[in-house]
Amino acid sequence: MHRASRTVSLSVIALVALGACKKKPEVAPAPVEQPAPAPQPAPPPPPSEPTCDAACVEARNNAAKAEAIRAATAALTATIYFDYDRSDITDDSRAKLDAKVPVLTQNTGVRIRIAGHTDSRGSDEYNLALGQRRAAAAKRYLTDRGVDGSRIEIVSFGEERPTCTDESEGCWSRNRRDEFEITGGQITAVQTSSR
Amino acid sequence: MSRLLRAALLVAAITTIPIMGAAAQDTLRLVLRYDPNTKPGVLVLRIPGVNGDSLRAILQRDFDNGDRINVVAADETGFPDAPIAGKNGNYPLYAKLGAVALVQATPTATGLHVAVHDVAQQKVARVKDFMIDGSPNSREWRMSVHNVSDELEAWITGVRGIAATRVAYVQGLRNGRLYVIDSDGAFPTPVGDEAGVMSPSWHPKGTHLAYSLVGAHGCCQIYVLDLTSGGARRIEAVGGGLNSTPVFAPDGVVIVYTHGEESGTDLFATTVFERGPARRITVGRGSDNTSPTFSPDGRRLAFTSGRLGHPEIYISDADGTNPQPLTYSVGDQNYRSNPDWSPDGRLIAYQSQQTDGSFQLNTISLRDRSVKQLTSDGSNEDASWAPDSRHIIFSSTRTGSKQLFVIDSESGRWRQLTRNGGVRLPAWSPPLTR
Repeated sequence: MHRASRTVSLSVIALVALGACKKKPEVAPAPVEQPAPAPQPAPPPPPSEPTCDAACVEARNNAAKAEAIRAATAALTATIYFDYDRSDITDDSRAKLDAKVPVLTQNTGVRIRIAGHTDSRGSDEYNLALGQRRAAAAKRYLTDRGVDGSRIEIVSFGEERPTCTDESEGCWSRNRRDEFEITGGQITAVQTSSR
Repeated sequence: MSRLLRAALLVAAITTIPIMGAAAQDTLRLVLRYDPNTKPGVLVLRIPGVNGDSLRAILQRDFDNGDRINVVAADETGFPDAPIAGKNGNYPLYAKLGAVALVQATPTATGLHVAVHDVAQQKVARVKDFMIDGSPNSREWRMSVHNVSDELEAWITGVRGIAATRVAYVQGLRNGRLYVIDSDGAFPTPVGDEAGVMSPSWHPKGTHLAYSLVGAHGCCQIYVLDLTSGGARRIEAVGGGLNSTPVFAPDGVVIVYTHGEESGTDLFATTVFERGPARRITVGRGSDNTSPTFSPDGRRLAFTSGRLGHPEIYISDADGTNPQPLTYSVGDQNYRSNPDWSPDGRLIAYQSQQTDGSFQLNTISLRDRSVKQLTSDGSNEDASWAPDSRHIIFSSTRTGSKQLFVIDSESGRWRQLTRNGGVRLPAWSPPLTR
C-alpha cells in the first residue's frame, strides 16, 4: 500500500463579530425564505467507480484539514513525563517532542508555554527548581531542533498543581511532567496524508 | 534518684551572683546550674484575681514548652499561697515538692508584679513589675504574658524562653495562604489575602515577612509584607523567571533568594527596602541552588544544591565563594535539603530522605560534622530553629495529614502546634519582645 503525503497550507478565515456586545437596532423581521425543494437523491454510483465533484473534494479536504489541525494541536500539547528527581528527556518524551517540532516550525506564529511539574515527594522548594529545570529541558530540546526560543515560555509549578494526589508510584509518575499550552497564534499549516 | 535528693542537689547548685548593668535595680540574680538531663523544679503559686488562673496556666505551659524547667504540680487544696521565711516558715514544704524556685505573681493596675523566690535561700531573689498589654486573653495580652515567662526563664535558667515568638507557615498544600500562629498554638491567624504563598521568612526584627508567590502562570515572585501595616510589596529587582525561597540577611537590609530561568537556579541577593541591583551569589552551572540560610554573623550561607546531581547541603561564604558540600554521603539516600542554621551558629538542621522514601530531620555540627537524627515517625520536613537554638518547628505526617510540630532537639520531646491539616513551610520568628 502506498501513502502519499502532501502539505496543504490553509488560510483560516477569522470571523470577527464586530460590535457583538452592542445592542442592535430593532429591524423588521426579514421575510422567511422558503427552502428550495430537496433535490431528488441521485442514484448511488457504482461501487467500482466512486465519483466526487469539487464540493465533495473540498468537504473532504476540509475534514482532513480539521482532523490534521486537531492532531497537530494534540501533538503540540501532549504532556511528557520524567523519572524521579530527573530532568532528562526520556525516550518516550523524545518521540513526543519530535512530533511537536514540525508543528512549531510550520506555524511560526504559534507561541507556547511549557510548565514543569514534580511529584509530591521531596522538598517543596527544591521541587520548584526541579520543575523549572524540566521545563527548560523540553525547551532546549525544541530549540536545538530549530524552534525559535523566543516563542517558548517556561515556568514551574513544582508540586503545587498535581493531577492526582495518591501517594503511589502510579500517581507520582503522572505528576512528574511538562505540560504544553498554546499561548499565542493558531495552527494553520498542517501535514495531511491522503491515499 | 529520689525527687527529694534531686531537689536537694539542685538547691545546692543554686548560686547568686551580683547583677550588672541595666538590671541594677535588682539585687540578686538567680541562676540555677543543672545537669542538662535534669530540669530545675519551679512552682508557680496561685495568682489572685479574675484572670489569675489564665495567667498561671500560661506561665506554667510556657515553662513546660521551654523544656528547661520542671513545672512542679502542687495539690491546690490547702496549699499555701505565699511563702513564709523563718524557723516556722513554709519554704521547706516547697523544697519537699521539688521546687528550687517559686514564682509569685500579683496583678497590678498595669500588669503583673512578679517575685521569684529562692527556696534554698528562703528569700526573694528577684522582683519586677511587668506591663501587660491588651484585654485579657487577647492576642496582645497573651504575648505580654509570654514575655513575662521568657524573662522569668532567663532569671531561673540563664536562658531566655521562646514563648514570646510566633511561627509563620503556609496553610494549604496547594494555593496555600500565609498564616502566623503563637508559639503555644494559640491564635492561628491569616496574614494577607493572597493564595499561592510559599517559603515565608522573618525579618530579623520580626517586623516583616518575605515570601514567594506562585502565580496563575507559574512560580514565582518575591514579596515583603509589613506586619504592622499589612501591606505587601513585590521586590522588583528580582525580575522574571522563577524567584523563590527568600531569606533576610541578619542585617535586615539584604535579601537572598533563588532565581532561575533556563539554565538551573542560583542564589541572588538584593536590597529589600531600597531598590538596588540583583547580584548573583552562586555559580551552579545549570544545577539547582535554593533554600538559603545565613549563619548568625551573616558571613556564611548554607543552601540546597544539586550540583553533584542530587540535592545536598552546601555551605559557602556569603558572597558565594568557597562552596563546599556539607552533607555529601551522609545517610543512605541521595537527597538532603532545606537547611536552617541555628541561631547560635553551631548546628544546621536539614531533611534527609530515607530508604522508605520518607524524610527525617537531622542536625549536623559545623564543628565536627557529626550528624544527629531527630525524627523517625512519619515524614518530617521544613525544619526551622527557635531563637533558643534548641527547639525546631517542622511539618510532619506522623499523625496523618501534614501538621506542624515542635521538637526539643536535646530530649526529643515533641508537641503538636497546629490542628488543621495541610500545613507546611514553617518559619520560627525571632523573639518578639517589646
